[in-house]
Amino acid sequence: MKICCLVKEVPDAAVQKRIDSGTKRLDRSGERNLNPFDTHGIEAAMQIREGGEVEVDEIVAVTMGPETAARALHKAVALGADRSVHLTDDALSGSDVCATGYALAKVLESESPDLVLLGQQSDDGECYVVGAVVADHLKMPSLTQVIQMDVSEGKLRCERQAEYGYDTVEIDLPAVISVGDAINEPRYPSLKAIMGAKKKPLDTKATGDVGIESDRVGEAGSQTTVLGINPPPEKQAGEIIEDEDTNETVEKIVAWLDERKLLA
Amino acid sequence: MSDILVYALHDDEGNFNKNSLGAISEAAKLASETGGTASAVVVGEVADDAAAGLGKYGAAKVYRCKSAPEGLAQPIVDVMAKVITDNSIDYALFGGGLLGFEIGAGLTARLGAGVTMEVTAVKVQDGKLVAERPVLQDSAIVDVGYVSEPGIIISRLNAFDVKEPGDGTAEVTDVEVELSDWSTRATMVTRGEARGEDVNIEDADILVGGGRGLGEKDNFQLAEDLATAMGGAVAATRAVVDAGWYPYSTQIGQTGKTVAPKLYLAAGISGAIQHKVGMQSSENILAINKDQNAPIFEFCDLGIVGDLHKIMPKLTEAIKAKKGG
Repeated sequence: MKICCLVKEVPDAAVQKRIDSGTKRLDRSGERNLNPFDTHGIEAAMQIREGGEVEVDEIVAVTMGPETAARALHKAVALGADRSVHLTDDALSGSDVCATGYALAKVLESESPDLVLLGQQSDDGECYVVGAVVADHLKMPSLTQVIQMDVSEGKLRCERQAEYGYDTVEIDLPAVISVGDAINEPRYPSLKAIMGAKKKPLDTKATGDVGIESDRVGEAGSQTTVLGINPPPEKQAGEIIEDEDTNETVEKIVAWLDERKLLA
Repeated sequence: MSDILVYALHDDEGNFNKNSLGAISEAAKLASETGGTASAVVVGEVADDAAAGLGKYGAAKVYRCKSAPEGLAQPIVDVMAKVITDNSIDYALFGGGLLGFEIGAGLTARLGAGVTMEVTAVKVQDGKLVAERPVLQDSAIVDVGYVSEPGIIISRLNAFDVKEPGDGTAEVTDVEVELSDWSTRATMVTRGEARGEDVNIEDADILVGGGRGLGEKDNFQLAEDLATAMGGAVAATRAVVDAGWYPYSTQIGQTGKTVAPKLYLAAGISGAIQHKVGMQSSENILAINKDQNAPIFEFCDLGIVGDLHKIMPKLTEAIKAKKGG
């Protein structure tokens, strides 16, 4: 069985994010990291391998992004992937969800995976949908926000929360699964794995290498366009209290509640 | 002129989802502004009068595919792609919810259509729809337009109010759709399992919400003690429900309940969008969290940066004393 894990490089959680008013794109400068949600996908792949229910031949980390995104692949490999594939091309810059999903599907197609795993969302774009876009291009069944996954020969049994409670779904492989962060507790990479990550094979591919039609990606291939960026409606900022003396803090809370007649 | 198609989700008893009904009302309003029509799509065994009844919310037509199962996205992608193509529909609109995200995403791939997620409002500009989407933890709102039709709009939970502008009956058309091979390779084993006791949190005036910041399951006792002292009930985030700390019936947010109590006291809750959509209409929001960068501090009325394990027991005692005296 071959598992591909889709990963993404995102601005570090501590970086103040902003939109560039000129390009109308997210300013992705500053400290960057592997999307924390994707580490759950890699961990899920590792647990399938270690679980022994099926033989996992290979775990491949796959990303699309500028040159710097290779660092996200190094992290993915340090967490357990055997090798990685980096789709990078100036033609991809400015791709919207529709174009990104298509491009990712093409690079995955060249790997012929039995299972594609990814995190439920990216930490920066908050899209939640890339997995399902990719799945339809690959003509594979798919499920998102999966929190429990049991694998057997050719099949998955998945659980997730939907509108009316927990659903249990059986899915034939090959399939695309996005995992929720409750599915597992990702391990920390060992120092040895971090040091060795750069020595594992990393294939860099351009759009032409995987048969991506250039008019379907990038800004030109995108189907949505940003018309404007506005500030949110004004909301009066709340009062913030740093707890230094807890008795005093509690007094303030009680007074605040009492003022609003919430202790009646 | 813009024709808009809405997916109307229903449970196993045939009750339509409130967010789907809100999306139908919104579609009816937007379509009429452009001189187009709003229609809805339903799958599974939906009775004639139930389907026609969507007219009350503003649907002029309802497309029903009895042979496609409800509850999984991909068969519904097949149905909606066919209805959109056959009827030259310009936009697909989804009320908040997991399935809407998945179906919208599938349609994006199938139809090569632009998609916007987490939409909080839609407006008409030059006869076309423009979606408003908050980004970067709601610090900016982006206006998104579509290069060509069809366009896919997936809204945030509770973005649209349910209204009843229609005259009552929609025209129901049965459609037959051949499902894609990959749409039939996922099957529902059980749907909508509740897990844990059934707790009513919607009617409580005061809710103490517990999140991961409580640290462990047993610490929900802190939330329960405080709620008891205040005469309220305890709610939870998805993270702690999925972790098995608290029953599903107490979950607030995207796939849980929507509440608007007089007081929402968030204990150890970061305030991620998925939770925020379920409680932001509360009259008063009080947050206790040790992380001063937690998003909840951006929209609470009173925020306490500190250790809830120290603050909550003392707060419980103080409230008991106050109420007793």
